[in-house]
Amino acid sequence: MDYLSKLENQSIYIMREAFNKFENLAMLWSIGKDSTVLLWLARKAFFGHVPFPLVHVDTTYKIPSMIEYRDRLAKEWKLQLVVGKNEEQLRGGVTFPNGKATRVECCGTLKKDGLKQVLEKHHYTGVIVGVRRDEEPTRAKERYFSPRDKNMEWNVEDQPPELWDQFKTDFDKGTHIRIHPLLHWTELNIWEYIERENIPIIPLYFANEKGERYRSLGCYPCTFPIRSKASNVAEIIAELRTTNVPERSGRAQDKESEDAFEKLRRDGYM
Amino acid sequence: MRSDATPVISQRLPMHNTSAPTEQLKIVIVGHVDHGKSTFVGRLFHDTGSLPEGKLEQLQKIAERRGVPFEWANLMDALQSERDQNITIDTAQIWFRTPKRQYVIIDAPGHKEFLKNMITGAANAEAALLLIDANEGVQENSRRHGYLLNLLGIRQIAVLVNKMDLEGYSEEKFNAIEGEYRAWLKSIGVTPKVFIPIAAKHGDNIASRSAQMPWYSGATVLETLDQFNVTDLPLHQPLRFPIQDVYRFDERRILAGRVEAGRIRVGDRLVFSPTNKTSTVKTIERWNSPATDSASAGESIGVTLTEQIFVERGAVAALETDPPHELNRFKARLFWLGRQPLRTGRPYKLKLATQEAECFVESIDKVIDASTLGTVERPAAERVVGRHEVGELVLRTKRPIAFDAHSDIVVTGRFVVVDGLEVSGGGIVVDDNYPRRSGVGAAKSQNIFWSEAKITPQQRADRNGHRGRVLWLTGLSGSGKSTLATELERELFTQGKHAYVLDGDNVRHGLCKDLGFSPADRAENIRRVGEVARLMAEAGIICITAFVSPYRADRDLVRGLMKPGEFMEIFVDAPLEVCEQRDPKGLYAKARANEIPDFTGVSAPYETPLNPEVVLKTAELNVQESISKILELLHMQDDDAPIFI
Repeated sequence: MDYLSKLENQSIYIMREAFNKFENLAMLWSIGKDSTVLLWLARKAFFGHVPFPLVHVDTTYKIPSMIEYRDRLAKEWKLQLVVGKNEEQLRGGVTFPNGKATRVECCGTLKKDGLKQVLEKHHYTGVIVGVRRDEEPTRAKERYFSPRDKNMEWNVEDQPPELWDQFKTDFDKGTHIRIHPLLHWTELNIWEYIERENIPIIPLYFANEKGERYRSLGCYPCTFPIRSKASNVAEIIAELRTTNVPERSGRAQDKESEDAFEKLRRDGYM
Repeated sequence: MRSDATPVISQRLPMHNTSAPTEQLKIVIVGHVDHGKSTFVGRLFHDTGSLPEGKLEQLQKIAERRGVPFEWANLMDALQSERDQNITIDTAQIWFRTPKRQYVIIDAPGHKEFLKNMITGAANAEAALLLIDANEGVQENSRRHGYLLNLLGIRQIAVLVNKMDLEGYSEEKFNAIEGEYRAWLKSIGVTPKVFIPIAAKHGDNIASRSAQMPWYSGATVLETLDQFNVTDLPLHQPLRFPIQDVYRFDERRILAGRVEAGRIRVGDRLVFSPTNKTSTVKTIERWNSPATDSASAGESIGVTLTEQIFVERGAVAALETDPPHELNRFKARLFWLGRQPLRTGRPYKLKLATQEAECFVESIDKVIDASTLGTVERPAAERVVGRHEVGELVLRTKRPIAFDAHSDIVVTGRFVVVDGLEVSGGGIVVDDNYPRRSGVGAAKSQNIFWSEAKITPQQRADRNGHRGRVLWLTGLSGSGKSTLATELERELFTQGKHAYVLDGDNVRHGLCKDLGFSPADRAENIRRVGEVARLMAEAGIICITAFVSPYRADRDLVRGLMKPGEFMEIFVDAPLEVCEQRDPKGLYAKARANEIPDFTGVSAPYETPLNPEVVLKTAELNVQESISKILELLHMQDDDAPIFI
């Protein structure tokens, strides 16, 4: 079996475990390449169906074509879409683009708190998230089934043991479990799989006529394109096989301080 | 000795090429704390040109700002708390490529405290690099990790003797460590692929041969990695297809799961353990993949059947010719990570493939300190498997489960144990001449669980983890029967047993409300209680009765209803003066004032038991001591058929 198939089979196994173990399960869909691959794998796992809602935490600062793409795919693939917004914070206008918050504070309220609100509202106890270990160092320490306490906090110093595909599926009331079926994939694996499966991906990842493309998608005030001539999936794969530049180099919020991202994640960020 | 704060940047190897690697290998880095695991990984990445752009400069800048020396380890030790303490707390994974393949490097912590994280990392690996500090030599966790790697099934191991620079690159030192550790590994049946002398900090023998150790002519670490093999999927073993779930999203009823061993084909006649039902594979289901009529080990697929039978998660599908064992008792070797020690008699949850079952430890035969291989000696009554210890034991599940010996089929031969909400241990099924069913016809004659007729007491006992019994407490009013009965019920219940108390309160108001206290009515009362208690015991319950039951003949009548050993007469023996002094319900006072006629001990006789199974002198024993005596008897009673199984 080739390694892409191994990755795929493992992710399907994890998603089926999650679906069996959690009554109230949802999947986060950021519209990016990873969670779109995750969505594809869900259709593989459940034979063409997606038997749980997809949650999109909308900061209202997303690149506009992301929302168009989201709504189009939701319709074509018959997805149950749940959009979460931190309305209160947005009304108050305490955001980074307004100059009233740092990037990290803005991520904390619009994304992390926005997520918390939507989880509480719908009582989700299991949340499937498309993070990968190779994205950044704290994610490298994640479990496939990762508990979060009542305040959504991640106790990274005391994580459950995880062996032989036996996952933590017993948990206290009020807590929830993050399920990470893509943890063992790399950025390159994701693109190789997109190529193999011919998965429709939002065109923001492909180089435009100015020779720029997005490598990682987020909010437009904090996400910057990279210089690239890769205008299709095959060219992106060729580019990634030779680059040494980290994937999230275009994500400004990671770089505000040494442990900025770790703090965000401990508090419940994806 | 070099003590540079800034790294010596060696020449980068041209690791990146544009051809696609076709395979991936997972390697775990283990060893004692501070023997240089994270440093090694950092250096390996640097020397193979795998560090992300700007990473080295970022780590240098951070070290400078914090006023601490640069550490290669900070590449992996991503958590602030890890960098603050200069230790690895949790396992992390990082990728790099050689022209041959892609590698997943799993860095594991070396502190004993974080053993569960080491195991989490190692359980996923196909090969291991074990680091030993040349100066400190073989330490506690060098040995423990070696032992655990073997238990986790990792057979490809290379030993890196690190920090050779601190030992003057001495060949003698290296040979001494190799000799000692090789002997240890041999004692647990492990043959390492190679021992390599390295200095991780300076890159010696990692990606390129060391100029400092011309006496070493073996492979570098990088060469050794490429010599490891990717683990083969068990394609040629008997089919094991554990059912993960059953889906009915559309007109199809799909059994979903991953083929864990062997191959499944359309037309295969499947037997599902442990329900012993059979059906035939109609289709193999996948989405967005070419339709095929077979699937093999490693594939997450779905199956539809020609005959619709009831199958649910946990069932293991196999070919009729080679099914798994199907029993509720097996031998295991287990490592324990729980904060509370593993004990006999306590209920745990067993997870094996997709099966879950309540389980008990029937006996702990041996407890091993994995860092010395020595047996941990504890008095028999305190025999437990403590945190980080390894136990050889017998597990009993409440219902039969399907399994294989780990030496036969890995995935159905290993399991985890959940204590409360936490995964607290992992183990493998040890081979032990388990009866093997062969084919469905044979199963019916040999089968010890699936009776087609009446459920037997043995089957009930297997399900409950104990036999049904009557514990008959007799004694004067005020002797302590009700107190003991209630406490005993609570204790048994806590241990996961089914226990129930019959006493005047729940009998006199209903079943026996037509009866008074004349000798004839008393006899009838006890007869009825005795019959109810017998039924409860037959139903598998430990029935505790708390009645004065003063007449020997009445008690013997109840005893006569049951098989030998099922009735236990417990004489709650307190002197009349003590009972009268306690007089919890004021009955003695009333009896002395002639307000209650025929009151046992005052105006009616109490016939002392002649041969009770237990005598509890409650004037001398406290409640806990009395309860212990009863529990002791329950555990000891009848070696062939102990009440707690």
